[in-house]
Amino acid sequence: MIPEIGHFLLIVALGVAVLQFLVPSWGVWKGDARAMAVGQSAAQVQFALVFLSYLCLTWAFVQKDFSVTYVAANSHSELPLMYRISAVWGAHEGSLLLWMLMLAGWTGAVSVFNRRLPADITATTLAVLGAISIGFLSFMLLTSNPFDRHFPVPADGKDLNPLLQDPGLIIHPPMLYMGYVGFSVAFAFAIAALVSGRLDGAWARWTRPWTTTAWLFLTMGITLGSWWAYHELGWGGWWFWDPVENASFMPWLVGTALIHSLAVTEKRGLLKSWTVLLAIIAFSLSLLGTFLVRSGVLVSVHAFATDPARGVYILGFLAVVLGSAFSLYAWRAPRLKSDGDLAFFSREGLLLLNNVFLVVAAAAVFLGTLYPLFVDALGMGKISVGPPYFNAVFIPLTAPLAVLLGLGMAVGWKRAKLKEVVRQLRWPAALAVLLAIVLPFLWVDGIGFAVFGGVLLGCWVLLTSVHDLWGRVRAKRSLLNGLSSVPRSVWGMTMAHIGLGVWVLGVAFVSLYSVERDVRLAAGESAELHGYQYFLRGVDPVRGPNYDADRGTVEVTRDGASITILHPEKRLYRAQQSVMTEAAVDESPIRDLYVALGEPFDNGDWSLRMYYKPAMQLVWWGGFIMFFGGILAASDRRYRLTKLAQAPVGADGKVGA
Amino acid sequence: MSPRHWALALLLALPVLAAAQPQAEEPPLTVQATLDAGQQERYRRLIHELRCLVCQNQTIADSNAPLAQDLRSQVERQIAEGRSDDDIRHYMTARYGDFVLYKPPVQRNTVFLWAGPFLLLLGALAIALRQLLRRRNAAAITPAAPDPQALQKLLDEDRP
Repeated sequence: MIPEIGHFLLIVALGVAVLQFLVPSWGVWKGDARAMAVGQSAAQVQFALVFLSYLCLTWAFVQKDFSVTYVAANSHSELPLMYRISAVWGAHEGSLLLWMLMLAGWTGAVSVFNRRLPADITATTLAVLGAISIGFLSFMLLTSNPFDRHFPVPADGKDLNPLLQDPGLIIHPPMLYMGYVGFSVAFAFAIAALVSGRLDGAWARWTRPWTTTAWLFLTMGITLGSWWAYHELGWGGWWFWDPVENASFMPWLVGTALIHSLAVTEKRGLLKSWTVLLAIIAFSLSLLGTFLVRSGVLVSVHAFATDPARGVYILGFLAVVLGSAFSLYAWRAPRLKSDGDLAFFSREGLLLLNNVFLVVAAAAVFLGTLYPLFVDALGMGKISVGPPYFNAVFIPLTAPLAVLLGLGMAVGWKRAKLKEVVRQLRWPAALAVLLAIVLPFLWVDGIGFAVFGGVLLGCWVLLTSVHDLWGRVRAKRSLLNGLSSVPRSVWGMTMAHIGLGVWVLGVAFVSLYSVERDVRLAAGESAELHGYQYFLRGVDPVRGPNYDADRGTVEVTRDGASITILHPEKRLYRAQQSVMTEAAVDESPIRDLYVALGEPFDNGDWSLRMYYKPAMQLVWWGGFIMFFGGILAASDRRYRLTKLAQAPVGADGKVGA
Repeated sequence: MSPRHWALALLLALPVLAAAQPQAEEPPLTVQATLDAGQQERYRRLIHELRCLVCQNQTIADSNAPLAQDLRSQVERQIAEGRSDDDIRHYMTARYGDFVLYKPPVQRNTVFLWAGPFLLLLGALAIALRQLLRRRNAAAITPAAPDPQALQKLLDEDRP
């Protein structure tokens, strides 16, 4: 009964979504305030319906209702409760329901927080979100109903994909989806700007916190995904340039560009049509990501749910959404006149360059991801594009960004003097060079052009960020007074940039100075890696809730002193009879010691893969610090004072005082 | 930058000083036992460039599939026999086609793949530059209305 209720709620939600699209649109067209207001209540009702429907599916999982096809395919009587709850988004149908829940949640939030906006802007925004909702709800109801029953009812389920039975995977998809779906709000705002023809500093100010919030979730989602791959796949890697990773990285790059161009649009009333275009592209790439993952058009480790028929629907949906958005853009964008001058050596000029590099980097990822498909489709052969290509192309395209970042913060809006900027930045620059020489020797005992360059960029970003903050604080009477007077959005920017610097440092060290070794060991034997001795004490069978494992005990010592005891596992999940590697990692900010069990030999020996990874943790920290910076920036007070702030915005879009 | 900045920077660098570590690798026990240090380096690089053809999307370094193990030992043997990286790549593409290479060679069907990003960058920079020049000229010809922000700034600066 519960699954039927869930199904029914989805159908009602579709009806409400249709209302949410049609009634406010009509209201905007006719200028009818009452019709426009319908969008808000419809959005809230829709959220309640989808949320209840989501609870129904969760209930079916918790209750182990194997008469529901989707539950039977993705759960098992032995699956722990935690994973039964997260199994809701373990495959295609439930992921869509989660996607839909996020969309309804974002829409509901827009309806609550944007009460102070002009009625027609809110109405158009909610109508656009309603239209997207219609697309996804009908997609689910037509092709991917998670509540379908089947007969005969199997005695037990087929179990959740063992790859997904990991704490990292519990929160990774919701975070990622929050980010993906969050760009739908920026998209809806962009459409509202095109429809109303009003795009001013106030518009940018409404859009900024929503975009930053979507971005911070996407940042967290990508970081967690990377963290999960590192621990769960057992290959010691943390980024594989896998098509599905790229599918989340492209919207991130464009979203980052959007955050920066929104700043220019808000402060200077420039780059208006470009900002709108970026908002459309960011959401398009999110939809494309959904399409790439769900259609199975790209075969990759992550494409755990593949069905071409569904791909055709999403492709059609993508065509409709993008077709109408870009047509509207082509028609209305020429009206969005940016006024004021744009000097090259000014913050807005450098931010424009930042956008150029970010968008081209995203385009390069796009090209590399889809190129094999095109070549194959054109019958020009089968090729592979992998990490060596992406590293070769991506690094030269993004390194200038780090340089620009440091400059951009020191350069003021409008126009700046080169001499003044050089004077300001000479110490951070000199210190960055010094650190780029010293740090590699201390950290990894080596130096080379690549590590020098990487550390130089990382330190440059870090030092210029701190320097910028210091400049703001120093002007005040006392340190405390200065620190508390810095607005949250500036703290957010500084944190996000520091996060990037930390990330760059981590990437430079870990990708250039990781040491790995495959060895064959019998119990009681040891092997050495980078000054650490790894003793294999033994490998014992362990019985988990739904798997049987071989659990290794590896003691790591250094100069005779015990450092840690690691327990890498090789698990055989009983229901699917699939083998999973659980790597064991001793983590510290300085280095990770990583051990994964390979294959057993006939005589009882084991092959072991060992890694020494310097500064690996900095990569995750960088992501978390960026996430935290996003939270600070999005929660700045000035975004909540919409009423007050609206007044000084002139017709020319410039924000006064 | 004031002396206080320096002190702060040094303080931040301290944990790093503690991390200085000697680097001494002994030759591995089971794998690549026959290779010297330089050859091992090449081995690592090559196995990260070759695709495991029976896996979904993995290099032969990342896979434990029998084919990947076979190809790894193949690479190891050929390096030990003194064949060059290009020889080994040719051997692999002759057997498995271009699909086996994660770093596609520059050839007719990959020209745009390699040149594309940089052409795009040039194009985007050209557009941005044109925009900058046009905006600057526009401002030079038509004197802009006095900007309240700039005026306020001037006033602030003049204040003692």
